[in-house]
Amino acid sequence: MMFQPPSFSVLQEHLNAPTAADIERVLRSPHLEAADLAALLSPAADAFLSAMARRSAALTSQRFGRVTQLYAPLYLSNLCVNRCSYCGFAADNRISRRVLTIDEAIAEAAILQERGFNHILLVSGEAPKALGVDYLEALALRLRDRFAAISIEVQPLETDEYARLFAAGITGVAIYQETYDRTTYQQVHLAGKKCDFDFRLATPARAAAGGMREVGIGVLLGLADWRAEGLALGLHLAWLRRQFWRTALTVSFPRLRPAAGDFQPLVAVTERDLAHLIFALRIFDPDVGVVLSTREEPRFRDGMIGLGPTRYSAGSCTVPGGYAHPELDGEQFAVGDHRSLQEVCAAIRQKGYDPVRKDWDSGFQMTDGG
Amino acid sequence: MLTIAGHTFRSRLFLGTGKFSSAEILKQAIEAAGSEMITVALRRVNLDDPADDIMRVLDRTRYVFLPNTSGARDAREAIRLARLARAAGSGDWLKLEVTPDPRTLLPDPVETLKATEELVKEGFKVLPYINADPILALRLQDVGAAAVMPLGAPIGTNRGLLTRFQIEIIIEQARVPVVVDAGLGAPSHAAEAMEIGADAVLVNTAISVAGDPVRMARAFALAVEAGREAFEAGLGASRREAVASSPLTGLDFIQR
Repeated sequence: MMFQPPSFSVLQEHLNAPTAADIERVLRSPHLEAADLAALLSPAADAFLSAMARRSAALTSQRFGRVTQLYAPLYLSNLCVNRCSYCGFAADNRISRRVLTIDEAIAEAAILQERGFNHILLVSGEAPKALGVDYLEALALRLRDRFAAISIEVQPLETDEYARLFAAGITGVAIYQETYDRTTYQQVHLAGKKCDFDFRLATPARAAAGGMREVGIGVLLGLADWRAEGLALGLHLAWLRRQFWRTALTVSFPRLRPAAGDFQPLVAVTERDLAHLIFALRIFDPDVGVVLSTREEPRFRDGMIGLGPTRYSAGSCTVPGGYAHPELDGEQFAVGDHRSLQEVCAAIRQKGYDPVRKDWDSGFQMTDGG
Repeated sequence: MLTIAGHTFRSRLFLGTGKFSSAEILKQAIEAAGSEMITVALRRVNLDDPADDIMRVLDRTRYVFLPNTSGARDAREAIRLARLARAAGSGDWLKLEVTPDPRTLLPDPVETLKATEELVKEGFKVLPYINADPILALRLQDVGAAAVMPLGAPIGTNRGLLTRFQIEIIIEQARVPVVVDAGLGAPSHAAEAMEIGADAVLVNTAISVAGDPVRMARAFALAVEAGREAFEAGLGASRREAVASSPLTGLDFIQR
């Protein structure tokens, strides 16, 4: 039994029904159903943003404490067989292409470690011949002693491949559906394996079945109606919780950023909309991790500290090899927050929160010696 | 005084170190709580790093350092983490947490028993975090747990002694100290646990997430002391049967 999201027209019917009285009731109730999430994401909830922020902040601090976790992405390759109209790595964009050798990747990681990161996210485009499971396994085995947690955001893999990578020390998998609307999905994914909506949709479940500790799902904002995206993602999240009770789950709502190819967002999604989504998902699922990346600007990221997000990236570079060689080009997108890890940590402390750089241990997954 | 694994404690309030807004606030809260047993998630610290923000504020000559295996999904992971930590100098004390469900963080009884058995053999002083299951508490005691740590309510919920009836049975039966851990959201909850005879309580979220964590630490310390004092003074109210003031009144048919 696989998860299938309802069509956007069905979701939108549910989103347009709730009234102010429904929002008030939902904000008082201790356990939320999918219909309650629809209420929180409905246009009627727009007037309740402050109340939602308060509830979201209280739940976040209760469950996660007065802390914000930090991580950095490590871009391994910008080779990609897909043509996704919104992505700088799309196969038909003329950017400089490279795949880091394992040694180059280790050098990038060493820089991140030097800068104080303990949690890293390995990122690549989809080019399995150049960067497949063998590469990731070999790299993980060399990185596992240096980092407390290593996640991947790469092409969708099979369950046994995830199991192999877990054994090599990979802790988590981020795999975003981009959009839960099939029509939009077909419209923006022009060529390549990524065109298969259903294969991608089933990937988080395969990662969980492969034993991954943490699975992150997400939506790329700017492609379709954000309210319906949020509701579909909430349904996916609830489905994953029931199927894989041992797996920690995170959500992320990257907004489209300027990138090579000059794609313009199909729909506008404001900072207010993004905040609304984060509050609603937090209230719906108090235990879910919420990632807020450097796609957003410092003003917004600082303002959101403690209100719902639990994890921030910092000092990010989206060019493969860009930490060691800042002069390189070939980025996935232009980041919005250019501050260093130290500057972001200072901003978190300023808000009365503890910047946490280590909240996992490689010891959990060491399979040698029992 | 409370004795666990041969070590005596004046304070019956144990403190967890997660969720604090800074290491400095944590340090002040430890002082205000007067705690002598401090638990730290191994996943959160770097034992090899002398500059680690949490390890720096823990004066190990004043407190018993109780590392915990928070995050372990099964016995194997917990055992591995405990061994690595001891090799890195964390000592013999261990709060065993095996919590396969990252949402509720409820403990796995089967894996906890397995891990306790093994770690006790390896010389660890094991304090397992458990659901309030009296038979499990006895089984853990039988394999050598130094204390048992039943939950009042799931971690971080602040719901209080939802498991009171089961905890009363554990306290009645146990030969090892009973430390009520998790779910205590207010000083009154801690006092209640102490009044029914718990040997100690462990508190984290209710203090770290309070408006003023340092004052809340003090409030819990007072409540724990009050509850213990009441227990030792002999609470009369919770007896199930009426107790006559002279024990043999009504029993004068018994031959003397």
